[in-house]
Amino acid sequence: MTDVAVTYEQRGRSVRAVAGVDLTVERGQIVGLVGESGCGKSTLAKAAVGLVPTSGGSVRFDGTPVVPLGRRSRPVALRRMQMVFQDPYSSLNPRRRIGDQIEDGLTLAAGFRGDRRARIAELLDRVQLPTDAARRYPHEFSGGQRQRLAIARALAAEPSLVVADEAISALDASAQAAVANLLVTLTRELDMGLLFISHDLAIVRQVADVTAVMYLGKVVEAGPTTAVWNDPAHPYTAALIGAVPIPDGSGALPVDLPGDVPDPAAPPSGCRFHPRCPQRFGPCAGTEPTMLQLGSGRQAACWLNDRAVVGA
Amino acid sequence: MTTDPIIAEGLPIPPADEPATYMLSTHTQRRRGRRTGSPWRRPMAVIGVVVIAFWLLIAVLAPWLAPYDPLVQDFPRLAAPDPAHLFGTDGSGRDVLSRLMYGSRVSIPLAVLLVTLSTLVGSTMGAIAGYFGRWADGIVMRIADLVFAFPGIILAMAAAAAFGPSLRNAVLALVIVTWPSYARVVRSLILSLRESEFVSAARLMGSSARRTLLVDLRPNAAGQVLVLAALEVGNAVLLLSGLSFLGLGAQAPQAEWGAMVSDGARNFDSWWVGAFPGLAILTVVLAFNFLGDTLRDALDPRTTRALRSLP
Amino acid sequence: MTAPVLDVEDLRVLLPSGAGAALPAVDGISFSVAPGEIVGLAGESGSGKTMTALALFGLLPHGATTEGSLRFDGADVLTMPARRLRGLRGRSMSMVFQDPMTSLHPMLTVEKQITEHLRFHTGIGRRAARARALELLEQVRIPDPARTLGAYPHQFSGGMRQRVAIAVALACSPRLLIADEPTTALDVTVQAGILRLLDRLRREEGLAILIITHDLGVMSALADRVVVMYAGRIAESGPTAEVLGAPRHPYTRGLLDALPHPERGTGALVPIIGSPPVLGGKPAGCAFHPRCAFAQPGCARHRPEVLPLDDRRSLACPIDPFAAAPALSVKGPT
Repeated sequence: MTDVAVTYEQRGRSVRAVAGVDLTVERGQIVGLVGESGCGKSTLAKAAVGLVPTSGGSVRFDGTPVVPLGRRSRPVALRRMQMVFQDPYSSLNPRRRIGDQIEDGLTLAAGFRGDRRARIAELLDRVQLPTDAARRYPHEFSGGQRQRLAIARALAAEPSLVVADEAISALDASAQAAVANLLVTLTRELDMGLLFISHDLAIVRQVADVTAVMYLGKVVEAGPTTAVWNDPAHPYTAALIGAVPIPDGSGALPVDLPGDVPDPAAPPSGCRFHPRCPQRFGPCAGTEPTMLQLGSGRQAACWLNDRAVVGA
Repeated sequence: MTTDPIIAEGLPIPPADEPATYMLSTHTQRRRGRRTGSPWRRPMAVIGVVVIAFWLLIAVLAPWLAPYDPLVQDFPRLAAPDPAHLFGTDGSGRDVLSRLMYGSRVSIPLAVLLVTLSTLVGSTMGAIAGYFGRWADGIVMRIADLVFAFPGIILAMAAAAAFGPSLRNAVLALVIVTWPSYARVVRSLILSLRESEFVSAARLMGSSARRTLLVDLRPNAAGQVLVLAALEVGNAVLLLSGLSFLGLGAQAPQAEWGAMVSDGARNFDSWWVGAFPGLAILTVVLAFNFLGDTLRDALDPRTTRALRSLP
Repeated sequence: MTAPVLDVEDLRVLLPSGAGAALPAVDGISFSVAPGEIVGLAGESGSGKTMTALALFGLLPHGATTEGSLRFDGADVLTMPARRLRGLRGRSMSMVFQDPMTSLHPMLTVEKQITEHLRFHTGIGRRAARARALELLEQVRIPDPARTLGAYPHQFSGGMRQRVAIAVALACSPRLLIADEPTTALDVTVQAGILRLLDRLRREEGLAILIITHDLGVMSALADRVVVMYAGRIAESGPTAEVLGAPRHPYTRGLLDALPHPERGTGALVPIIGSPPVLGGKPAGCAFHPRCAFAQPGCARHRPEVLPLDDRRSLACPIDPFAAAPALSVKGPT
């Protein structure tokens, strides 16, 4: 699977929730997508799987262009791309047995022939749930367990890419760790790609190989996770890192980033981050910075990285 | 499934995170069962159930219970209640009690049939409108608005008159009048369910729109539609009797409550002719309303959620 | 040390259950909050932390009963007549909730929400109330307070809304503020601002704050002392730096290991096995023993008492596996 590039515009008031994003997820790779609420990361996730139409650019999955879902059923080739949603309460059908919901994935998406019951048991086992869960209904499970069930359902489709949209945000801390670990293990074992979307930079750091940071519909920085974390090339990334409170009892207050995310319908001129940026200078308000390649797989859209501009 | 056998006292270490709720699920189920059971302890519901059971029994056993043939006109006309004719006789010299008993075999089954038909038509139309939206929604809902714009009984009268007066046509006419209520409810249910993530998940699996509607959405909407239907049976009895009262439903000499009340209205001085069938209609309608109200309270998602959120 | 604003002693909150016997959601906890102090109640969902706050406000669900004492300024809130409690509530102690959208009235302007409250409790005039409202909005750092007064809650972003909610809570200059997950619904950058605001209020106004959160990061940033709760009981308590820096209870340790730590390595997260018990399904003995890696046979039989470790810390674990463990905190580059 190569080259998931999305550019699109939301219908209606022409809000550009995602305003030109390039993103690639390879097989066996975990890409973390971070950003605050309203930055367009969920919309991007939905566009990637075809749940919302794009207004520009192209999304490709294993060479097949992703088409938005209409009245017809999804093209077979795209069914290998599955999603795990944020809310473990609304992502499972409350009135259908777990087994039936997983079976849908087997028959509809994977074209599975063989012993379905054994396969369902195997999938439940993979997500560390007892096999008799298949006979039960979602309300009998806790949030963390439901999220495992949702993962099992996604796995039934034998996906080569899973998009996890805030998949652990609604869970308690210890359940978060367990589900995050499960996703990582499965990605490695099954050699799938994982697009892990979260507002929590700290957890993305633990999970992702590559991190992309989104602000107001655009990716402002991307690169290998450790590099992005240790030496952020964009002030927004730095602000996000500084704002994460550290549970060490030191009493250090996290760094404040004043202001709010602007309305995506009326983005600021120039660099979208400039009204909140602690390091803004000359060109920021006037000209929008382009994505600069910084070497070793890193890129950032900030004038500070452009020697010619900083020197001037 | 055991991860680490450290625990004493034979408590198995549960698999994965949060198994506690899972292990307790039988316990919660038992509790929930009792909760849904508790409304039956409410007096209104009990009265409703008893009255409905009473009428169903009468309907089934009418041939054996009724003292006379409901159509035989051998008796003195308009005789007041006495030991031979407990509810008196009507304008054609027929036994009111027997006609009342036979009447229950017409009103209740036809009301149920009427509700079933309008539920089917209304739900299908509403589901199509809600799920597919756009022009399908436009057409279905405009027709529904058109029906709503007329007073129900007047439109039903016009339709029944056009089809020709008979019980079958009265039912059909009333289906035309009542289906939009179900369509509206189902449409709004489907509209809110359509956005659920489990629907997206099903679509991503490759489920077609039609299959999603039938397999994923239908069971989620069914409960509330059933409650609405139960509530409407009483109303259906009333509407059917109304058409018969106006002469557009049951035809003489058939024993039907509405028609009997109409006979009573013509023989106003003999109160028993109209009063007893009137009472019969009243009790059936009230009973179904009591039952429906209780069902609604018990199945209302907000009430249920409130009950469930209690420890 | 000054007398505590809030003094909770052996508080028990019993919730009615279908089965007849009342179930303890809060099962004998004690702590206190002094003026100018921020105390944190930590724990996962269902640990009883929110019930504790509700008990303080007399807002427990119908049928709940309480035992023990909950003293606010020396007067027991639990036995106080409803009228007197109403006078305290909102005036001397107030609350900030997780979701400001539900705690603010959607159809009233910000001015109305602040002044209504203020005038009800203090009986001051309209003009004085308006001046105070402006002052409050300035205090919570809302840009352009004069214009904000005429606005409605939905016109604000989540962070601004929470600032407004704090302004409403502060209107009558309370002595105690209870903040229940005040930043959980907010973005990290916005959360940082709210945490700084709460910290400043404590320093400048001498406000006592009881913060309830499952987020140990927030706890670490803000609280002076932390009380870790598990299944309605205290697991351990003490100064934040000591409890989070060198946890003694296996549950605290487990919580910290499950969290991504920005300044420790990128090693895998270690989840706690199992899950918190549901009410009514609490294991015998130590409620944590089925999930505890250090459990011994006795743990399933004897409920551990909360015993003082020194004059500031206490612990409810007789095993105390981390008694000699070095402090966790490793500052510096990874």
